Amino acid sequence: MRLRLEKRLEPSRAMLVLTPVLSVIAIMLLGIIIFDGLGYDGPQAVWELFFTPVLDVYKWRDVASKAAPLIIIALGLSLGNQAKIWNIGAEGQYILGAIGAAGVAFVTQSMTGFWIIPLMILVGMVLGAIYAAVPAVLRTRYGVSEVLSSLMFVYVSLQLLSYLITGPWKDPDGHNFPQTAQLTDAQLLPHELWDSGIPPGLLVALIGAVIFYIIVSRTVFGFSVRAIGEAPHAARYGGFSSNGIVWATLMISGAMAGLAGVLELMQLTRLNLGYPSGYGFTAIIVSLLGRSHPVGVFIAGIVLAITYVGGQVAQTFVHVPNATAGLFQALLLFAILASDLLVRYRIRISTTSPSTKGAHS
Amino acid sequence: MSVAPRLELIDVSKRFPGVLANDRVSLSVKPGEIHALLGENGAGKSTLVKMIYGIQAPDSGSVLWEGQEVRIPHPRAARRLGIGMVFQHFSLFEAMDVLENIALGLDGAVSRKQLDAEIRLVMEKYGLKLDPRRQISTLSVGERQRIEIVRALLLNPRLLIMDEPTSVLTPQEVDDLFKTLRRLASEGCSILYISHKLHEIVELCERATILRGGKVVATCDPRKETARSMGEMMIGSDLRDPARGQLSVEGPVRLSVRELSLPKPDDFGVALEQISFQVKGGEIFGIAGVAGNGQNELLEALCGEHLADLHTTIEVDGSPVGRSGPSGRRKLGLCSVPEERNGHAAIGAFSLSDNAILTARSRMGFENQGFIHKAGADEFAANVIKTFAVKTLGPDALAGSLSGGNLQKYVMGREIMQSPGVLVVSQPTWGVDAGSAAFIHQALIDLAAQGSAIVVISQDLDELLRLCDRLSVINLGKLSTPRPVGDVSVQELGLLMGGSHATPANSAGGIHAA
Repeated sequence: MRLRLEKRLEPSRAMLVLTPVLSVIAIMLLGIIIFDGLGYDGPQAVWELFFTPVLDVYKWRDVASKAAPLIIIALGLSLGNQAKIWNIGAEGQYILGAIGAAGVAFVTQSMTGFWIIPLMILVGMVLGAIYAAVPAVLRTRYGVSEVLSSLMFVYVSLQLLSYLITGPWKDPDGHNFPQTAQLTDAQLLPHELWDSGIPPGLLVALIGAVIFYIIVSRTVFGFSVRAIGEAPHAARYGGFSSNGIVWATLMISGAMAGLAGVLELMQLTRLNLGYPSGYGFTAIIVSLLGRSHPVGVFIAGIVLAITYVGGQVAQTFVHVPNATAGLFQALLLFAILASDLLVRYRIRISTTSPSTKGAHS
Repeated sequence: MSVAPRLELIDVSKRFPGVLANDRVSLSVKPGEIHALLGENGAGKSTLVKMIYGIQAPDSGSVLWEGQEVRIPHPRAARRLGIGMVFQHFSLFEAMDVLENIALGLDGAVSRKQLDAEIRLVMEKYGLKLDPRRQISTLSVGERQRIEIVRALLLNPRLLIMDEPTSVLTPQEVDDLFKTLRRLASEGCSILYISHKLHEIVELCERATILRGGKVVATCDPRKETARSMGEMMIGSDLRDPARGQLSVEGPVRLSVRELSLPKPDDFGVALEQISFQVKGGEIFGIAGVAGNGQNELLEALCGEHLADLHTTIEVDGSPVGRSGPSGRRKLGLCSVPEERNGHAAIGAFSLSDNAILTARSRMGFENQGFIHKAGADEFAANVIKTFAVKTLGPDALAGSLSGGNLQKYVMGREIMQSPGVLVVSQPTWGVDAGSAAFIHQALIDLAAQGSAIVVISQDLDELLRLCDRLSVINLGKLSTPRPVGDVSVQELGLLMGGSHATPANSAGGIHAA
């Protein structure tokens, strides 16, 4: 007896929407089993992880400020996903965005002016886009897989960050800590908007979701991205350049990651070694869980932010290890990838031996 | 009739969601008989054959093999009974040799040496020429088909199913194939022969079962029928010949190609060498040739997927477009339909309306400053569906949900309804039933009558001879000198087509383009 995957004629639309929800439920149940097995109070741990951040009003701000960068990065990634161009290096572009903004801050330390913040954002986005353009060059000129090259450039960015904050950009008044100087008032966005507890990043994420929705569903560019992802040959026949799409999707996702990096820097007010938080990687899960649809990405960003915040809550109250949030995020990625496979393929159990797999069957 | 039929189907039915693909079909094939299975696309031929070969199971009815009722749960069981099948689309690995490919298709393990000997034996017996050590990528389509036939013959089949075997062969190759099939039949092997080409059936088969809408509508002796009478039984109404009006080849040159050369796109592609031709308004220009001789490369070079070296190499109505991509060329009126429908001419996962956006967006005005005008695309798609009688639920249906013939009609309609000044189409009626083919031919003729220049690339010589004013043959990436259709014989064309890659020198006529 052997298992075989068979492509479904048309994946069910209902299942495409339902499976992310089912995945979340599945990993909650799985989490209970795992934590019980490890000797913790499983149901309690899962409760703290997933529900306390939702039910406790004081946690909302935390959730919102973690969701914002995840959503902003994931929106960019979801565009690439649709073209089947996989930018795994958003973390690096996110760091480069922060470095760009910190560079502007370094130069404008003693200046004031309304232009400083827009300039920081602009430089951060441009730097993120340029950093993502490196895998684009490698892919379009030399056929290097963007999956590998974009990932490897994350490690380059980490080295660059650590060089800058331990060297040329080190805060002279920082007691020799490896960090940059605090951003000045002219370099900071308000911590929250209109005293509502909403971080500015979340508003950016919301506007971003709307813009991406319009791009994907209403523009020729969005159409070309989907066409390339579905049938590259047909897209070429339709007059779309696949190299152009590789460049565009990588650079747009790089710019979005850079933007998230700038906004996060403004939340943290300075760059230090703890700055790389893995948002760029988690955002990959967000984009997949959100089915690369702007609305889905927005919701998925909040769900993943909940696991971050909930992970800390569960650490405090149920004493589960620090790695808990990461564990759940990884489980979620597995669940969503597995359910994706089952939405697109069905499992056939064939009772015949492998040798029957003639060239025709 | 003392001998039990080799294969007998009694009241076999198969239902798919929404369709009764086979409705109480009965069929019997005698030992040594060449039996034709005829029907339009969607008539249920494929489903019936799949049930015989064990790929699908019938919902009801019985299958008798030499008088015994049998159940065929999978292809291996079919092969064990003695049923062999040669598919329309080959499943061969390009980078492996003939021997390895045949070994992969066998149920048991056989040593390379033993297999080599067996293959040579079978080929000798049936006059099939093929070197078992050659790599697939170097073989012509006819040779590839021979591999599939050898693969089936190695099992000593008593029933051989051939699915549209001649759609990719030159006339000479067809003759060779028929010799082999007759030889097989004379030795007692039954053959179930599926084809659209009615005159072949008249020539080859002793009996024909005609399917329409999943039911058997007639059984006849093709030798006593004409291609026309069987065609009419098949579509259930009178066949209309495309009406070619008065030729008006006096129009201005609309498409001009001058010394177009392109390197091979990949290891398995064909380089184009010094291709030159001109097509005038109102003219239909045919390019014949065996598959894999540069047809795809030429189509992609003409539609703009691959650019020429010089802008002036290709001109549309006098404007150079050699360095323009597909969008730029469409704007100037050059539209095209590639051979592969799903994945090239259309995106299966997209709706018909989105597939209209794919190629018609600028000519039909569905794009405005980078934004898509969805309602316009819907309307255009609905119009194509209506005008070209595409069987579908509407513009929102996924292209992949359409049958091959219907999708072809949609794709042809989508390009024709953009009123292109120049239309380049490849295999316009491949796998399309007779009724739809006639419709597509008529649409091409009508378009030419309106003053457009049309290039038809096809492997179907009958189609080209019926449709075109002038013809060329493409062989190994070179185009022969165009000749008026009336001046060339089928035999001459066959020689130009070369028959196989191994013997390109056959083109003794010496009318290759310089």
